[in-house]
Amino acid sequence: MTNYETVIGLEVHVELKTRSKIFCDSTTEFGGEPNTHVCPVCLGLPGVLPVVNKTVVEYAIRAALALNCQIAGFSKFDRKNYYYPDMPKNYQISQYDLPIAGHGYLDIDVNNEVRRIGITRLHMEEDTGKLVHQGTITTTPYSLVDYNRAGVPLVEIVSGPDLRSPEEARVYMEKLKTIIQYTGVSDCKMEEGSLRCDANISIRPVGNEQFGTKTEIKNLNSFKALYRALSYEVERQTGVLNKGGRIVQETRTWDEREGVTLPLRSKEYAHDYRYFPDPDLVPMIIDPEWVEDIRRSLPELPDARRERYMQEYGLPGYDAGILTSTKELADFFESCVSAYPNPKAVSNWMMGDLSRLLNAGGVELTACKIKPAQLASLLQLMDEGIISGRIAKTVFEEMFASGKDPGDIVKEKGLVQISDKSAIMAVVEDVLAKNPKSAADFRAGKERALGFLVGQVMKTTRGKANPELVDKLLKEKLLQEKL
Amino acid sequence: MVTREDVEHVALLGRLELTEEEKEIYTRQLNDILGHFQALQRLDTGNIQPTAHVLPLKNVYREDWVGQHMPREDALANCPDRDENYFKVPKIV
Ligand SMILES: [Zn+2]
Repeated sequence: MTNYETVIGLEVHVELKTRSKIFCDSTTEFGGEPNTHVCPVCLGLPGVLPVVNKTVVEYAIRAALALNCQIAGFSKFDRKNYYYPDMPKNYQISQYDLPIAGHGYLDIDVNNEVRRIGITRLHMEEDTGKLVHQGTITTTPYSLVDYNRAGVPLVEIVSGPDLRSPEEARVYMEKLKTIIQYTGVSDCKMEEGSLRCDANISIRPVGNEQFGTKTEIKNLNSFKALYRALSYEVERQTGVLNKGGRIVQETRTWDEREGVTLPLRSKEYAHDYRYFPDPDLVPMIIDPEWVEDIRRSLPELPDARRERYMQEYGLPGYDAGILTSTKELADFFESCVSAYPNPKAVSNWMMGDLSRLLNAGGVELTACKIKPAQLASLLQLMDEGIISGRIAKTVFEEMFASGKDPGDIVKEKGLVQISDKSAIMAVVEDVLAKNPKSAADFRAGKERALGFLVGQVMKTTRGKANPELVDKLLKEKLLQEKL
Repeated sequence: MVTREDVEHVALLGRLELTEEEKEIYTRQLNDILGHFQALQRLDTGNIQPTAHVLPLKNVYREDWVGQHMPREDALANCPDRDENYFKVPKIV
């Protein structure tokens, strides 16, 4: 049987978070009553004139530079013509042969190997309105249209056919999201549609230079959907070729519920857009100095930041990768480390307890009540022996729930660690007296019995006893009595 | 050379319903127009940039601020059919 290689290219749409739309001054705010965020321009009424929002061009350049693209000196907008009521004009303003940027790349890490994925082009365009169907698009008696999103600025980022597996595609998409979020030009919220993805996928016999016939998969609106749909499509195409069949070049849609890709009727997506330069919009000559200004204003990007965390803080690559996976997480980390200069301890708390609580509560880090300085003072309380590591976890949960300072919580709840030797010894003696069997077991060489006895002391002191002291005093007492 | 099939295809893309007679006429007329442009193709345009816009304008931008929206009733005033606050359109596929 032939061995096949998978070839994938992604087209990613990113909504830019400008205040107003790309060609008019209607708001880009998400939601709103249907057809209230509109004006004559984005409704395509006769006689109106679109004018480019300068911030859209700036954001597009910003995203492009972060993806190592070259910025075009000369760029223009074109009309993409099609009949579909998601645009009231019967065309979408996009960029065809002279996009704002291209020839970039981004590096992804897959199985400890760095792969460089080409960014073929990055262009600006307007988003479309939203169609509401009753049931599915094919069974609905009619459709309803809301033009609030029509004219919201987008950049489309097209990768080269450089991805070799569904896993690489997923990692690429995550990396792209991270980089774009760092630049601050988009929220990249897949659930609100501000980050969307279509994929081109084909397979070819290993060693073949020529690409196989590709299919285009639409509706990949989560990382999971992307991975599953592409995995399904690899299987499907391999099955067709192994049975001696041929791949049909077509657009398919991912059916999340059934877990399959299905062909869309070709008439719906006739690729005959008859692009031509939009006569309402004039060309853009991009000033290289403007580009350099934007380049200088870019923050440290994830790859550089990750490298620095390994060099400067001595963190393992795994920690550095997770901590720099969002700008917010990395900023939180650095702020905490500046107050408590033990990077690995901070990293452990952030990747452990903090991320556990955030995930469990479905809370974004930006909405987290714990501030970096508060995590730092919690770690200090532990270092100073005021609370034990075990109590720290309880305090941390309380901080997460209330946003209170750890010092206040410790005082209010009387959680100060008991480090008074005689107080602990009294409990130790009491526990040993009540558990003669465990004491005998330990003396007979069963190390495990000690754990139980430590647990009993901690329970009696409600976790406040200094664990090291408990351990030491228990051993002392047990060995003493053995003699 | 524009064929009758080309005319039918372009008509479909533009959602135009043409009679047999119209298809005949437009095939002939479109060929006449293209014939006229063939004369222009004899010119040497090797050193001329493609025209992106007919006016000598560039870099016309607006600042990113939000203005007045249309009252919704105005937005929906001209639509042939509506369902509450939505534009209502015929089944698409
Ligand atoms: Zn508008």
